[in-house]
Amino acid sequence: MRPIAENLFTSEDPPRLIGGRERETGRVVFPLPQGDRYEAYPLSREGTLWSYTIQRFRPKSPPYAGPETFEPWALGYVELPGETIVEARIANVDFDNIEIGMPLQLTVAVLDRPDADTVAIPAFEPAENAA
Amino acid sequence: MSDVCIIGAGIHQFGRTDGVSGVDQGVAAVRSALSNAGVEWEDIQFAYGASDAAGNPDTMVDRLGLTGVQFINVRNGCAAGGSALFSAQMAIRSGEYDLGIAVGFDKHPRGAFDAKPAEYGLPEWYGEAGYMVTTQFFAAKIMRYMHLHGLSREALGRVAEKAFLNGAITPHAWRREPIDLETIMQAPMISDPYCKFMFCSPGEGGVALVLASEKKARELGCTPIRLKAATMRTRPPGSFEVFAPSVDIERGGTATGLASKAAFETAGIGPEDIDLAQLQDTECGAEIMHMAENGFCGDGEQEKWLIEGRTRIDGSLPVNTDGGCLACGEPIGASGLRQVYENVIQLRGEAGERQVPDSPKTAYSHVYGAPGVSAVTILER
Repeated sequence: MRPIAENLFTSEDPPRLIGGRERETGRVVFPLPQGDRYEAYPLSREGTLWSYTIQRFRPKSPPYAGPETFEPWALGYVELPGETIVEARIANVDFDNIEIGMPLQLTVAVLDRPDADTVAIPAFEPAENAA
Repeated sequence: MSDVCIIGAGIHQFGRTDGVSGVDQGVAAVRSALSNAGVEWEDIQFAYGASDAAGNPDTMVDRLGLTGVQFINVRNGCAAGGSALFSAQMAIRSGEYDLGIAVGFDKHPRGAFDAKPAEYGLPEWYGEAGYMVTTQFFAAKIMRYMHLHGLSREALGRVAEKAFLNGAITPHAWRREPIDLETIMQAPMISDPYCKFMFCSPGEGGVALVLASEKKARELGCTPIRLKAATMRTRPPGSFEVFAPSVDIERGGTATGLASKAAFETAGIGPEDIDLAQLQDTECGAEIMHMAENGFCGDGEQEKWLIEGRTRIDGSLPVNTDGGCLACGEPIGASGLRQVYENVIQLRGEAGERQVPDSPKTAYSHVYGAPGVSAVTILER
């Protein structure tokens, strides 16, 4: 399995997402923008759900690189305390059990491209899954 | 300072008009506005034209007449029409000209808007992962708002129900059939909490307005509608916009809030003085959030307002009297001017079946869109 892009995940085990910290203001963003204005800033693996939706139809290709056979997936904005709110898949949870405020932790989801090249994208799952 | 006046308003049917280009829909709107004002194209001293996806507006001089007129094209996302109108009124207010046109039109392909990551400064993977989808953002935004302010999904349904009721009695609307609340609530989900009736669709249409100085309007013997304010603003820090891989925890203001505040200051009146409003409703939640962002009610009060029917045509503040984007569709370059067209027709008392009762005197219009832009106008009779 390979990440969908370079410089998204740290090489730690388990990995963290690589955000960017604006040198002048300390503002944290994701992903790490190119250029000198931001320095790499590994983000917290734990957060809470800030908002979400369920993607019920297959997005247009291009740019969407997921499989032709579409299964709805959950998309969330996850608040990482003191850092930023990150947009990512919400994985390993029934749609009916998703609630704003629920504790989440970083994991990866599989984009499962049509060319069978297995690609990992950032995702969060309920924190209790680890317990 | 003397007021800028709207002395003519013209519209080309919104929706789908196969075989008629976007520019030609703009031309039709201009001809209709000229005739409405009782002036000729040869009298027009300048024009500002807005289109996002249907070609360069100034090419319409080919159809309207090669008079050598000054014609400036405006491309400014969802605020394109509002920006054209702002520029046109400035040309008159400055004293440079006293008779001109603001025109907006568009013609988008069927289906959702087709956005590419690079156009928004985003990495390719963001699109590959399936995030270049505007409906996702709208859904996540209202999900947060509903959670914070205790609004039900039925409030969204009530906005859609009203839009289709108003569209059914509006000749220029695209969706002309009422849809009952239960059907709306039971429809298949597109992006939770929104079902298919809760989003507008990209469409086609054209609108033109003839603007004149107060002096010129008097000379022409027109009964003018006065443009008391036209503002356009971009986003402040901490707003939540489409295609955002991350959002600041510290929440801030909105482009709408800034444009609205500036417009009320310029007009010297407040939200309580407005008799009807057209508020950007690309999806049901947008109308709900914009009721509060423009200062008409507090966050969370919308549920009660909708249950009581306060925003219906016979309510205390009619909102989107022609069905808005939900019933008229969204041709980007034309939408903001459609709102102003509708307000002009309402203030003149010419809106027929959808006429707001009791001779409204003030009307408000508001657009909002990518990448965090907003434009507001206030009209007075």
